[in-house]
Amino acid sequence: MGRDVRIEGMTLEQALAAGTRRGYGEHYLRKSVVRDPFQRENTGDNTPPYVHIRQLEGDKLRLRFMPKGSGSENMSSCVMLSPSDGAAGVRRVVAECVDAAGAKACPPITVGVGIGGSFDECPKLAKLALLRKIGSRHKDAFYDGLERQMLEDVNALGIGPLGFGGKTTALAVHIEAAPCHIASLPVAVNLQCHAARRAEVIL
Amino acid sequence: MSGKPKRIVTPLSREVLAELRAGDECLISGELIGARDQAHKLLYEMIQRGEELPFQISGAVIYYVGPTPARPGAVIGSAGPTTSARMDIFTPDLLERGLAATIGKGQRSEEVRQAMMRRGAVYFAAPGGLGAYLASRIVSAEVIFAAELGPEAVRKLVVDEMPVIVANDIYGSDVYSIGRERYRRPRR
Repeated sequence: MGRDVRIEGMTLEQALAAGTRRGYGEHYLRKSVVRDPFQRENTGDNTPPYVHIRQLEGDKLRLRFMPKGSGSENMSSCVMLSPSDGAAGVRRVVAECVDAAGAKACPPITVGVGIGGSFDECPKLAKLALLRKIGSRHKDAFYDGLERQMLEDVNALGIGPLGFGGKTTALAVHIEAAPCHIASLPVAVNLQCHAARRAEVIL
Repeated sequence: MSGKPKRIVTPLSREVLAELRAGDECLISGELIGARDQAHKLLYEMIQRGEELPFQISGAVIYYVGPTPARPGAVIGSAGPTTSARMDIFTPDLLERGLAATIGKGQRSEEVRQAMMRRGAVYFAAPGGLGAYLASRIVSAEVIFAAELGPEAVRKLVVDEMPVIVANDIYGSDVYSIGRERYRRPRR
């Protein structure tokens, strides 16, 4: 969101909720959200959407949208490693997460990996990584290499499409890294099933 | 996983169940019960209270599905399988009451696999991500219980040649572990 953007009449979050309500109300998409984790009454319109906002220079609003199934979301995880665990430790966490998910995450999957940040920031990085286009390379040579290594690790598991066995368990591993505390090495793994829908618009 | 698909019709007899082998492709026709997360919790609680279930459990086939709303004139919206593992906790009790088969996606727990062998029941995998196609195999759909759950309501579905794969047969064979063993490579 550019800092010169002004939303009329409501907050950005309210506007996005209104858009979600309209989109799911007018079209034949499933209503998949419950109001309370224990009462589990359906909100009937898929609100609230979960929104992450970044403010940048400019007067444009870039919206990136990802509806996500929970079969793969449920198989995701966040682990707080020690700095000494290094890249080998991160590779192990990613391979173990995909191994444990097996067929449940509806492979072939995309693997979003957040490395660094804080306990709350790290899974957000992993989700952000899923928004990157499949087939694109990481800008940083080290992370590009690590992504390739992790994709090898994951595809060596043999889980395969729909979990029936095969060479392709994941189509891509995408990493987003961020600064972190001297004491920690957070890793989050967000799995995305093969129905990986995304949309983007710049207003 | 090859050869001609087997055509099977619900209710599935003991003889038909005994013929199925993990990896077999089948085209299933007849009545299925659509039920997933919250519906299973309700059914389980009814069993605990000794109440009668809203459908005949003996011989039934449950499809783990939560469809999207039907467009005007359509029988049902998109109706693909959901991940079965969440229903694992409720499944052995339903199998004990005669449930003949379940349809979903992803591997089952050891408890469910054992209960299926004990009770002579099978588990079918339906192709995930093909909800629109699978919906085209559904000829009628009717909410029969817990309508307030919306997509999670219990439905009576009649299907015509819906494609499924036998993931677990009554002899304990599991397509997920077989497939994985075949393709697993040691880590570099």
